[in-house]
Amino acid sequence: MRWTLIKTIRAALTLLLVVSFVFFVLRLSGDPTYMLLPDDIDEATRDFYRSKWGLDAPLFEQYRSYLVALLHGDFGISFRNNLDAFDLVWDRVPKTALLMGTSLLIALAMGIPLGIIAALYRDSWLDRGVMTVSVFGFSMPNFFLGILLILVFSLNLRVLPSSGSDTWWHLIMPAATLGISYAAQFARYTRSSMIDVLSKPYMRTARSKGAAPARRVNLHALPNAAIPVVTILGFKVGEMLGGAVVVETVFAWPGIGRLLTSAVATRDLAVVQCIMILLAITMIAANTLTDLLYGWLDPRVRVGAKAGAR
Amino acid sequence: MTLYVSDLEVTIDRRAGAPVRPVRGASLSVEPGHTLAVVGESGCGKSMTCLAIAGLLPRRARISAGSVLFDGQDLAALPLREAARIRRRAVASVFQDATGGLNPVRTIGWQVAEAVRLRIGATRHEATREAVRLLGRVGLPDPESRAREYPHQFSGGMNQRAMIALAVAGNPRLLIADEATTALDVTLQAQILDLIADLRDSMRMAVLFVTHDLGLVAQSADEVAVMYAGRVVETAPVAGLFADPRHPYTRGLLSALPHGAAPDTRLRTIEGTVPPIDALPPGCAFAPRCPRANGLCRQDDPALVTGVACHHPHGSASKVAPTRHLEAVQ
Repeated sequence: MRWTLIKTIRAALTLLLVVSFVFFVLRLSGDPTYMLLPDDIDEATRDFYRSKWGLDAPLFEQYRSYLVALLHGDFGISFRNNLDAFDLVWDRVPKTALLMGTSLLIALAMGIPLGIIAALYRDSWLDRGVMTVSVFGFSMPNFFLGILLILVFSLNLRVLPSSGSDTWWHLIMPAATLGISYAAQFARYTRSSMIDVLSKPYMRTARSKGAAPARRVNLHALPNAAIPVVTILGFKVGEMLGGAVVVETVFAWPGIGRLLTSAVATRDLAVVQCIMILLAITMIAANTLTDLLYGWLDPRVRVGAKAGAR
Repeated sequence: MTLYVSDLEVTIDRRAGAPVRPVRGASLSVEPGHTLAVVGESGCGKSMTCLAIAGLLPRRARISAGSVLFDGQDLAALPLREAARIRRRAVASVFQDATGGLNPVRTIGWQVAEAVRLRIGATRHEATREAVRLLGRVGLPDPESRAREYPHQFSGGMNQRAMIALAVAGNPRLLIADEATTALDVTLQAQILDLIADLRDSMRMAVLFVTHDLGLVAQSADEVAVMYAGRVVETAPVAGLFADPRHPYTRGLLSALPHGAAPDTRLRTIEGTVPPIDALPPGCAFAPRCPRANGLCRQDDPALVTGVACHHPHGSASKVAPTRHLEAVQ
């Protein structure tokens, strides 16, 4: 109960910070009328738009009215096409969610088993192979891997579409681009966590009980090895959101990331702010979920040493 | 005889360099209801010997010679699966770090119940009941509710009791306690020793008790095997060993005990250091430190005969060592 209250307050504070930061940084980055309107337009027209978008008021006044509107669920109007900013962003959410979800699935489904296998067959050719490939996987930048995939599968082999999101085929390359680099990272985390756990005295105890290898791995090692992996999962989801921006741009995937790049380029303030708030909420949710999962996995977090040495 | 180990040799293959042999001819034996203490300095191979007997050797280590007769069957010669089956049912180990030896994400009860199920194949419900009974048997207060707790909620002493409960689940024939009381304070140490002795007597287990503490040996063991540089150099009943140590190394160890030494006097030590296992001298490994060594000792490694592996043992040769009862096994 107390935990929930603290979490909620902290989440609210984080949000306020993000909102304020984004708000002021965007205002510092220049006058949107110069980005959105033609260069040869006269000052009177500019002033008309400035007052229309509320950019003529004092900065603090703008901030105050923005916060008040936010509290009423009003995210403002896109400067570019006069649509409600929130609707504009919300329309893109399913596409990004699909891309993120698929990528995360690829990352976990590939990375974790590979990491476990590498740890179990430590120092074998299998381990070395997995680790070598993973170095490539996570050190290759997203945009590079994406372009490489387009080159091979779209231009040379002509088997996959290079851009858009019309069919499931379109999902394969963006999701692979984003997923593979995180699969490589999860493989490394899982491997080192697993190696650490396998050398723990309790693993010898399990062996001394006569537990079969599969039982030792599944029931004794994995629940322990999962703890540090889950801890980083929350951070990685946040990072992946950043990666999605790049990947969506490379593959012209009509998600939030692409909307964000174009909105930033045109100083479409309301849209950028709306996206940032949404990302912040997603991050907070991901971290809270991680905390919950972590507590569920690790009894040392869930139940303190209440009895202690009695 | 529950356990009869003769000339056991353990080899560790190294990726770089020649293989090393931390155990190179260890012979010892334990009877049901008896405790054999294995003593020696760290690095003398006592833990490796235990791990070899229990089938828990690390990856690169293997039994390269000798036999481990357990109830008449040679665990070193049987197919691995068969040996593992016998060990699972009848050989149990307790180690030094009980808190680290218990899985932090599983309840104490789960871990003991698992041992019950693996050893005697009970149903989940029966195993849980048996686990609670065992936890009570090893002196854990309120075992029913404490079985649902985790190792971090227990003290070190309670975890060691839980480890013992886990080990004696399903009534094993041999309990190996490798430095099982070393990490505990003196009062706890005495309690755990009493508990092990109590369980040994009521379950007729043979106990292999590994320690570097000669004081504990006197309290808890029936027989002693002294190890030096991978070999058993002397074996004798406890009283005999303390009264009449025959190997110069044993004699050195006993005279290094601080009992009765006057204050402000230097404690006696054995000159020199234990040779590293990959650079042993030819002949007797103790010869370089031995006051009685001569040319013969430097050439020929003495065999364990009538309880002592020495060319020039102290005292009479009247004692009959327990390891010489080979006929009794076969």
